[in-house]
Amino acid sequence: MAGVAIARALNMGLRKALEADSKVIIMGEDVGKLGGVFRVTDGLQKDFGEDRVMDTPLAESGIIGTAIGLAMRGYRPVCEIQFDGFVFPAYDQIVNQLAKLHYRSQGLVKMPVVVRIPFGGGIGAVEHHSESPEALFAHVAGLKVVACSNAADAYTMVQQAVASDDPVVFFEPKRRYWERAEFDANAPLADAVPLHAARVVRPGRDITVLTYGPMVKTALDAAKVAAEEGHELEVVDVRSLTPIDWDTICDSVRRTGRCVTVHEAQVFLGVGAELAARVTERCFYSLEAPVLRVGGYATPYPPSRMEEHFLPDLDRVLEAVDRSLAY
Amino acid sequence: MVAVSSMDVATSSEFVQLLTPEGQRLENPEYPLEITPEEVRALYRDLALVRRFDVEATALQRQGELGIWAQLLGQEAAQIGSGRALAPGDMVFPTYREHGVAWCRGIPPEKLLELFRGVNFGGWDPGRHNFSLYTIVIGAQTLHATGYAMGMQRDGAEDAVIVYFGDGASSEGDVNEAFIFAASYNAPVVFFLQNNQWAISVPEERQSRIPLFQRAHGFGFPGVRVDGNDVLACLAVTRKALQHAREGQGPFLIEAFTYRMGAHTTSDDPTRYRLASELETWKLRDPIERVKAYLSRGGFADSSFFDSVESEGDELAARVRAACLSMPEPKPIDIFDQPYAGGSPLVDEERATFEHYQAGFAEEGGR
Repeated sequence: MAGVAIARALNMGLRKALEADSKVIIMGEDVGKLGGVFRVTDGLQKDFGEDRVMDTPLAESGIIGTAIGLAMRGYRPVCEIQFDGFVFPAYDQIVNQLAKLHYRSQGLVKMPVVVRIPFGGGIGAVEHHSESPEALFAHVAGLKVVACSNAADAYTMVQQAVASDDPVVFFEPKRRYWERAEFDANAPLADAVPLHAARVVRPGRDITVLTYGPMVKTALDAAKVAAEEGHELEVVDVRSLTPIDWDTICDSVRRTGRCVTVHEAQVFLGVGAELAARVTERCFYSLEAPVLRVGGYATPYPPSRMEEHFLPDLDRVLEAVDRSLAY
Repeated sequence: MVAVSSMDVATSSEFVQLLTPEGQRLENPEYPLEITPEEVRALYRDLALVRRFDVEATALQRQGELGIWAQLLGQEAAQIGSGRALAPGDMVFPTYREHGVAWCRGIPPEKLLELFRGVNFGGWDPGRHNFSLYTIVIGAQTLHATGYAMGMQRDGAEDAVIVYFGDGASSEGDVNEAFIFAASYNAPVVFFLQNNQWAISVPEERQSRIPLFQRAHGFGFPGVRVDGNDVLACLAVTRKALQHAREGQGPFLIEAFTYRMGAHTTSDDPTRYRLASELETWKLRDPIERVKAYLSRGGFADSSFFDSVESEGDELAARVRAACLSMPEPKPIDIFDQPYAGGSPLVDEERATFEHYQAGFAEEGGR
């Protein structure tokens, strides 16, 4: 299959970021010789040295806490959290320190730190390796939160995140790491879609599907099937969860009059809840149906033998689409 | 459960002391200190002024001008001794009680009140004073300090970092992770543990079975206990630790054994959990009285010197009080200032909504 895998695109983006600014450093568990458990940092330590691509002690709070200190000193750390479920030891440093230091210092202390987190399920993993904690970060003022869904975005978005003077929590769709796409790696970064812009990835007139990360592919697959049944889904890759690009989203919903949100995280108090509430506020007179939400259940992530029933799939998306169209 | 008491300081052979509570000068070959009477007088002035400021801030809280105040009473020597050991390029990471260290870094004391009055979260520029903002979450700053020191290493700087924390913080995961990172990368950071023996109401015995300075050995770097009420010992030991860090020998733990003579904060009531006799014992080890005794007995200062410091303290207190009372109120719209470096459309929108909402009251003639 042609093209570049998402994991490789992230690697290329990080390499570009390391080349562009000598203050950029990568830190995390196993990011050095091993190249990370998903090989996203493969070869970077060899080329940029141990001072810039740092294997850290196995302590997530330590990674983020020292990254904060390095940022105070003028560095731009990119931290890898090995798996979504392992970010919580660092949650205090992220929420109380990283997110608040710019505000606390009235703008005197900048926190250009990226926290990369492979997220979501569908890989047959053991517990704590399939979580979708994005809403827990999107809810924290002071953080910016994004999720990439494809190789082209992964390549540009990771560079934009590193260039941001604000802390960015960067969610990577781990089960899509090996999905390939072609893109022009030499296109100027300045011409890329802005980091916090949503993007219509498939136009359609009948219903808007708002999604991000690993569910974008699921939504696109659903759109293909729906098209065969005569329904044109407009799939919007929300991309940025803090802030959210309401203009692109509301423009779509006003055209289609219907909206379904899709993510792996549980529906209850998930990002879909905020999407539904604001879309309802802003597009009330355009809506033909209530905004419907598709997502995980209000249970802990289940053992992997059951995960295919937990995770939203093409059928769950289409079922919600049908319910919306039936109004 | 075995309760291990490590608190008998008088018999500890690993307790560095250069000035006894009675004001007698001791020598320690490991921590030599050459100091002129003039320099000791300067330290006395620091100690006395910082205490006077602290008393005034406590009074301001009692009078309703500050929401809360974290007193440093009793910890002046630990802070002034270590603070005066710093070179200009060194970076400091404080808790919320390091008023004495802030003094040494040239931060106007009245700036410290802004946080406690609630007008901001720290009114000074950390970069200008090489003194980070106060950190409320216990122990979190030890990791920032370690990361900052790792940055200094990368810059090839000949400076060091000092980070303050307490006996309670020594139980926090972040502090232990900071020890590990600092040791692993040989970062130039001095961990300055002020063991004031009380984490609000919980005594040090609940935090550790061994004297806290001994923890350093398990992490692979030196640790030493110093008489935290002895400004000279704190100065000498901190100088040596900073030099150790600057020379590329890595981290160093100093346990300054002291006593929180006041409450944890003005919201606390120590009578609920400790005996008055304990305080009386520690009053005999007062960090300022011993310097006064040394200066008086040696003929290095007379009453006119002590009087002049006292009146300087009163002037400082008056200045601080006036600054506190005339501190501008933040405007409600300032809520929206600077949550992000790159701005946020969400915050912009909410600011506009808030302005509109406030303007509605103005039109009605209210607020």
